Amino acid sequence: MKKKNLTKIIFYIVGALVSLIYLSPFYILFVNSFKTKREILENTLGLPTIWTFDNFKIASEKLSFFCDDQTLSIIGAFGSSLFNSLVVTIASVIIIIIFTSMAAWMLVRIKSKISTFIFFMLIAAMLIPFQAVMLPLVAIAGKLDLQNRGGLVFMYLGFSSSLSVFLYHGFIKGLPISIEEAAIVDGCSPWQVFWKIVFPTLKPIHITVAALNVIAIWNDFLLPQLMINEKGLQTIPLKMFFFFGGYSKQWHLAMAGLLLAIIPVIIFYFFAQKHIVEGITQGSNK
Amino acid sequence: MKYSKKWYWLFVSPVLLAFAITVIIPLISGICYSFTEWNGRMDIIPDFSGLKNYMLAIKDPGFRNAFWFTTTYTVASIILVNAIGFSLALLVTRKLKFSNAMRTIFFMPNLIGGLILGFIWQFIFIGVFEAIGDNYNLPFFQGWLSNESTGFWGLVIILIWQMAGYMMIIYIAALQNIPKELIEAAQIDGASAWRRTLHITIPMVMPAVTISVFLTLANSFKLFDQNLALTNGGPGNSTEMLALNIYKTAFTFSKFGEAQAKAVIFFIIVAIITLVQVFFAKRREVEM
Repeated sequence: MKKKNLTKIIFYIVGALVSLIYLSPFYILFVNSFKTKREILENTLGLPTIWTFDNFKIASEKLSFFCDDQTLSIIGAFGSSLFNSLVVTIASVIIIIIFTSMAAWMLVRIKSKISTFIFFMLIAAMLIPFQAVMLPLVAIAGKLDLQNRGGLVFMYLGFSSSLSVFLYHGFIKGLPISIEEAAIVDGCSPWQVFWKIVFPTLKPIHITVAALNVIAIWNDFLLPQLMINEKGLQTIPLKMFFFFGGYSKQWHLAMAGLLLAIIPVIIFYFFAQKHIVEGITQGSNK
Repeated sequence: MKYSKKWYWLFVSPVLLAFAITVIIPLISGICYSFTEWNGRMDIIPDFSGLKNYMLAIKDPGFRNAFWFTTTYTVASIILVNAIGFSLALLVTRKLKFSNAMRTIFFMPNLIGGLILGFIWQFIFIGVFEAIGDNYNLPFFQGWLSNESTGFWGLVIILIWQMAGYMMIIYIAALQNIPKELIEAAQIDGASAWRRTLHITIPMVMPAVTISVFLTLANSFKLFDQNLALTNGGPGNSTEMLALNIYKTAFTFSKFGEAQAKAVIFFIIVAIITLVQVFFAKRREVEM
């Protein structure tokens, strides 16, 4: 019994140590974003002697975090990088859920050579790294006028379709077909069958698909970097890239900016933690 | 079930259209452009140049260096991310009081995007490590990211911080699927904790290992954001990985044809690795 307690104590100590190491980057980011430019160099590890909020004020202006560069009124919020990131992420996830679940349902229910071919093509596309399509995609987007927020949403649908259709496909295969057939006999159109019967039963997979895509799209840097030229449309990672490039020697501003940038993610995590973890477990088992 | 063709295409075509424009058409035209003197635009049909771009790509020392750097990096990451992820999973399934809090903490870095993560760690390696080195006179902490090896290990460390928690989640699911009777039976037979881990736990989580190794492999071989943000390939181009090399060939040096040839080579390598991995995973599943 004594030996058991000892092992338990050792595990507690190890757990506490590893947790501290894991949290230390957050601690460093937090304390240093409240220090002056001078104090960061003299006292990198400790708490700030005077807590200053100026860094956040300057960093949020430089990042256009809450407000765009010109208009400092409520209208300016619609040109802010926070707003751009939110709009692109939310719109993309809604579009992805609607269209990939529709497609997956038909691909499961209509067993034909075309369905098999489309599904196989979507799965095979998981092998394609982004770099392989990146350069022609930039050229195509220029021609089709896709270098804006709407274009980004459209492209996220394209890039997410492989994984999302795959997840829906696996789930729909396990759904009983009899209810849908009964609805058809009662005179429902496929449109009504899908929206009234199928779509609501897909809720667990909607959550998985949403959680995985929210994280991927919110954090994506390269696609917006290649597609968005207009300053007023830049998302947070994109603004961060230019901001950090310009202020990397001014660590106090960089730290405040980085802290601002991760706050929305941390908030999202605490609300959706359960679903994110479930999503990963399901996604990896496929 | 039978629906008319009209309904079928109404449901399938939006995804198909987006997929074709973002993936299929760029892939096919990209392969075509890699054999030409392409200028990066689609307004004129470029001159055919045969295998010239591929020869340039293979002969480019920067690309070769990037290939070896990426390969070594991938091997180191696979081993360390999975070893640490598995250890974390063992730790949080011990039924300690703070298990749930620890899970939350270990997974949290995974949600931060690679670019922002790279910037945070740039400060840690340059600012904080330097301060520790100066304060306590430890040369180990000095000069990080200023040469190839510290750049390499810096990139490994940030991938561990980011991905080990993700692998932990996968391993936890696998650990919880081990039947309790099996462990109890071994305990009654007098097997030590170490032997139980070696002979029951590890064989039972092998499918999860396959998945995790594959995910780490894909993520580290295709790494871009962290590479760009942490070292930007420097010093010189000693820590430049394949994805960053392709990006710079196109957008810094404007050699679009050569960059596209490199991208096709990159695609072929990624596809082969993935297919080999899937093949072995399927074969093992059959055996079990």
